[in-house]
Amino acid sequence: MVQFGYNISQPRAINMDKNDMMISQKILRTMPELQTCIACGSCTATCTAGAITSFNFRKVHTLVRRGEYKGAYEEMNKCMLCGKCRLSCPRGINTRGVVMLIKQELGEYR
Amino acid sequence: MSKRVIVIGGGVAGMQTAATLAGLGIHPVIIEKGDRLGGKLLNWHKLFPTFTPAGEVLDTLRRQLKDVEIMTNTEVKRIEQSGVVLNDGRLLVSDAVVVCSGFDIFRAEIKEEYGYGIYDNVYTTVDIERMLNEGKVHTADGHIPERIAFLHCVGSRDEKVGQKHCSRVCCITGVKQAMELKELFPQSEIYNFYMDIRMFGPGYEEMYRQAQEEFNIHFIRGRISEASETIDKRVQIKAEDTLIGRPLKMTVDMLILIVGMKAGASNDRFAENRGIELYPSHFIRPRNQFVDNICSSAGNIFYAGTVTAPKNVGESLNEGVAAALRVSKYLED
Ligand SMILES: Cc1cc2nc3c(=O)[nH]c(=O)nc-3n(C[C@H](O)[C@H](O)[C@H](O)COP(=O)(O)OP(=O)(O)OC[C@H]3O[C@@H](n4cnc5c(N)ncnc54)[C@H](O)[C@@H]3O)c2cc1C
Ligand code: SF4
Ligand code: SF4
Ligand code: SF4
Repeated sequence: MVQFGYNISQPRAINMDKNDMMISQKILRTMPELQTCIACGSCTATCTAGAITSFNFRKVHTLVRRGEYKGAYEEMNKCMLCGKCRLSCPRGINTRGVVMLIKQELGEYR
Repeated sequence: MSKRVIVIGGGVAGMQTAATLAGLGIHPVIIEKGDRLGGKLLNWHKLFPTFTPAGEVLDTLRRQLKDVEIMTNTEVKRIEQSGVVLNDGRLLVSDAVVVCSGFDIFRAEIKEEYGYGIYDNVYTTVDIERMLNEGKVHTADGHIPERIAFLHCVGSRDEKVGQKHCSRVCCITGVKQAMELKELFPQSEIYNFYMDIRMFGPGYEEMYRQAQEEFNIHFIRGRISEASETIDKRVQIKAEDTLIGRPLKMTVDMLILIVGMKAGASNDRFAENRGIELYPSHFIRPRNQFVDNICSSAGNIFYAGTVTAPKNVGESLNEGVAAALRVSKYLED
């Protein structure tokens, strides 16, 4: 087929009616503490990987909680599991555990 | 003869003021425009942060008012130097006045974009308290809600409706009701859309965290811009998830508007007295916010409770005691 360079833009909205919330619900059941995130961003500010790549741990796990899984596994792969974020999280979330859990649950979304 | 003090309003602040005055040997008269004492608490189910039934608090206060003179179905129109003028024009003479006329609930219909009073499944936090009291919480056609959204700051922090202040107690009210609904409907998903979460009282932040961790309430930062009704009478809402930076939409079975506290309707008329001033929000402004925060500029007029600013029950009760003590000191001098 001839490509004219046109395509249909995907709607940008997070559609919570269409998103499959099952995985996100399972993640939150396994680690309910993730729900206590107050989006302070100190994990991202201190992140070793975030200092040299576009990786934003807070944003990725927030997207996952909204049922937006695409690309989350690849993003979490940028984490080097240094654990600095866990030292800074004011809610005491096991942030490194969150990285591992999301990777485990989203393996098939690669 | 003991001195006579008029207490305007029989909410928790007025009840506490009158009970304390009576204990000090002063003769209080509560003037209440409604047909019963209790104010807003007559409509509340359980109180944050301890889930104490509102009726329990009112019963305790009522027991302390056995010998107190109470005039119900009577509204105060104006406050004069010598006493108060009722709606029927009568002047009641008194040695001092304590204004405890409380606040008004913001009328959610004014925020038309949320469809309150237009769509079947849009409610306010006041409706939910009533439904909890009646033991009947369900959608308009009697179903169990599967998905519920709360919206914070309806009628507060909003220039568009002339309410610039924060109503303080509504964040925790939203958290409390989310927990109550989750308890009723464990299978439901509950989302609170907020702009800032303000947990000012003791135990409130702990309750917020409990709502997140143990009740799995989802908090999404972003203000719902509009609601519309679907063909099956559900409510579609749009917001931005500002922590992600993308628009978000979802359909819910119930949309609950967390309505704010507005200045009481009587305040403007009360402020015709030169000793009574108002904030731009039309709540009454005390002489100063520190050592005289329950006093007016007129020597014999005092304040207690939410007439001066949004407050919780405990704070309103404390001001009742404080105002009564100041009245007693004024009468001695
Ligand atoms: C949805 C919601 C839920 C809440 N839940 C809680 C909770 O769980 N825990 C908590 O601590 N706080 C809660 N609050 C706050 C609580 O309602 C207030 O702190 C409390 O009602 C303040 O008492 P008040 O006596 O100052 O005022 P009000 O309760 O407003 O009482 C004022 C009284 O004065 C009367 N009055 C007014 N004008 C006149 C007049 N001109 N003449 C004669 N009478 C007059 C009124 O009829 C009323 O009876 C909640 C608030 C809201 C909006
Ligand atoms: S553990 Fe991963 S997410 Fe946390 S600071 Fe280190 S690299 Fe960043
Ligand atoms: S440090 Fe903790 S609370 Fe702050 S954004 Fe990261 S996960 Fe959330
Ligand atoms: S207490 Fe919360 S919901 Fe109420 S006005 Fe303030 S920020 Fe908004």
